[in-house]
Amino acid sequence: MSKATIVVGLDGSEAGARALSFAQSQAKQIGECSITVCYVIEWSPFTFQTKEENEQRHKRREEELQRAHEVVLDPAVSDVQAQGIEVEGIVRHGDAADILEEVAKKRGAHQIVVGRVGERGLKRLFGGVTGRLVAGSSVPVTIIP
Amino acid sequence: MNKLFTVFMAACASLLPGLAAAQEAVGFDERINQIFADYTGWYVSFIFAPLPGTNFSWIALWLVVGAVVFTVYFGAIQLKGFWHSIQLVRGDYSDPNDAGEVSHFQALATALSGTVGLGNIAGVAVAVSIGGPGATFWMVVAGLFGMATKFTECTLGVKYRNEFPDGHVSGGPMYYIVKGFAERGLPLGGFMAVLFSIFTILGALGGGNMFQANQAHAQLAGVLGDYPGWITGVILAGVTFAVIAGGLKSIARVTEKIVPFMGVFYVLVSILILIINWDMIGWAFGQIFMGAFTGLGVVGGFTGALIQGFRRAAFSNEAGIGSAAIAHSAVRTKEPVTEGYVALLEPFIDTVVICTMTALVIVISGVLNQDPETGLYIWNAEAGRIATEGEVSGVALTSAAYARAFSWFPVLLMVAVVLFAFSTMISWSYYGLKAWTYLFGEGAMKELVFKIIFCLFIVIGAAASLGPVIDFSDAMLFSMAIVNIIALYFLMPIVKRELNSYVARLRSGEIVKHK
Repeated sequence: MSKATIVVGLDGSEAGARALSFAQSQAKQIGECSITVCYVIEWSPFTFQTKEENEQRHKRREEELQRAHEVVLDPAVSDVQAQGIEVEGIVRHGDAADILEEVAKKRGAHQIVVGRVGERGLKRLFGGVTGRLVAGSSVPVTIIP
Repeated sequence: MNKLFTVFMAACASLLPGLAAAQEAVGFDERINQIFADYTGWYVSFIFAPLPGTNFSWIALWLVVGAVVFTVYFGAIQLKGFWHSIQLVRGDYSDPNDAGEVSHFQALATALSGTVGLGNIAGVAVAVSIGGPGATFWMVVAGLFGMATKFTECTLGVKYRNEFPDGHVSGGPMYYIVKGFAERGLPLGGFMAVLFSIFTILGALGGGNMFQANQAHAQLAGVLGDYPGWITGVILAGVTFAVIAGGLKSIARVTEKIVPFMGVFYVLVSILILIINWDMIGWAFGQIFMGAFTGLGVVGGFTGALIQGFRRAAFSNEAGIGSAAIAHSAVRTKEPVTEGYVALLEPFIDTVVICTMTALVIVISGVLNQDPETGLYIWNAEAGRIATEGEVSGVALTSAAYARAFSWFPVLLMVAVVLFAFSTMISWSYYGLKAWTYLFGEGAMKELVFKIIFCLFIVIGAAASLGPVIDFSDAMLFSMAIVNIIALYFLMPIVKRELNSYVARLRSGEIVKHK
């Protein structure tokens, strides 16, 4: 592994933005380090849908991907690029914890950085995305409050 | 196609004065029944005409022969491919890069929500009370063979689906008939597609609508006390209209989510009843097997059981009818065959598992009156079925059977029946609409006309009594099967080619598991 990689999970929130700037400062300190910015659209293959929803699904998916790029990913990518850091942007459908872990593994990343989303009630009890990520990750995870 | 549209509207208009006049004379319900029998009786008789010299209706034979032909032609795909089907549904072969598209599981769940419903509750009761417990055996046999039919039609549905410029995807038999026939250089594709579409519209109004409304009302009236059917009809029609025309998607979505749980709960309660009566399960299977070949006193004997079993299986799992092909073709997959694999699970879940549960509970409960000395069932000649406790049939019989174990069950069943009926109606409004737009073209106004007609038929269905409605429903669904299965015979070499290529690539490792 010649070059270090940091995977940053974005969710379009303030916390995500803080995670990104933390990763940037880390990358600068490391020097030879690239950042993979990852945005996950929450989606499960095991839900129940109506026939119309199925019919429109492909179209919706394209729209979701496009919006994710426009609103969250592309601005983040150009922000990192402006700092002179090598960057890659990924949008995927699925479970955020699973996908961040998978992306990090595939790229041999040395850490995953995510923002902490204040989760309340049942979600806190059963563990939100960050909780599950920490519990299952094979890569060090940094959570930015 | 606009000419067709005018003709159809004229036909509908000609029916209305009859309905209006009906109200003044006798009871609304009875008149509707009379009109129904008068208008549809001849066609129903034709569809269920027996083969010369026998009492075996040719249409039941038609479906079974089709299912057997597909089973043989595809080398018992329902056995060989069963495990692969489950792997596909689990997502083992799903490419992560396609995440976000409709998954195999979702396609299966959506198609099932259209088929699992009253056929499994009311249909089984009808089959068992007319054909005796033996009907269950033939229902399962028909279900097992029907898996191959579903495989064939759903593969074609996906292969020849339409991808519209705006990105939405849909299709169905009318499209594979036209495109497939053209590809093979066969004539009459256009004619058959039109015929199929007409039958689909009528089937949507019959089995997919009136039968559902009818049974929903029967169950409501059974639990809440008798009241006029049109009240149920108007309420159901109102809610349905709000969903399909008013775009109240939230209701549809909630139904889509509750129905699967209702289905699972229904199966769990059935299993629980079977566990409580575990000592009778062997006896019940004995009744089913013996009845399958002797009839156990049922009029019509062995063939009576067979016909009822085959009829209700087709009505319940819709294999060969073509509706599932419409549901599955809204899926975007690179391999049409995978959708066929997934679809073959439907008759299994629907008929082999759920229908058998219902039948076992009915038989075990003892709601069917049996002569204690001879062990034969007592025939009620007037009603044309086995004498039952409280002289009920259809969903009321199932309700009575489950109530023997759990007194609260009729209330739960009432909720389940109304929800199942509603979700099936929503599904069939979709199938009907696809056929309608095939004939008349897409357009908000044209689609609205269909939706209004559809909702009117809900009222009629709820108000009419069971007999003529159930016969008409069956007749329309089977008419779809006539056209669809002819088409499947001509197009099955295309499916075979797809299957061979897929299996070869699966073996060579070109198609890889992602999990």
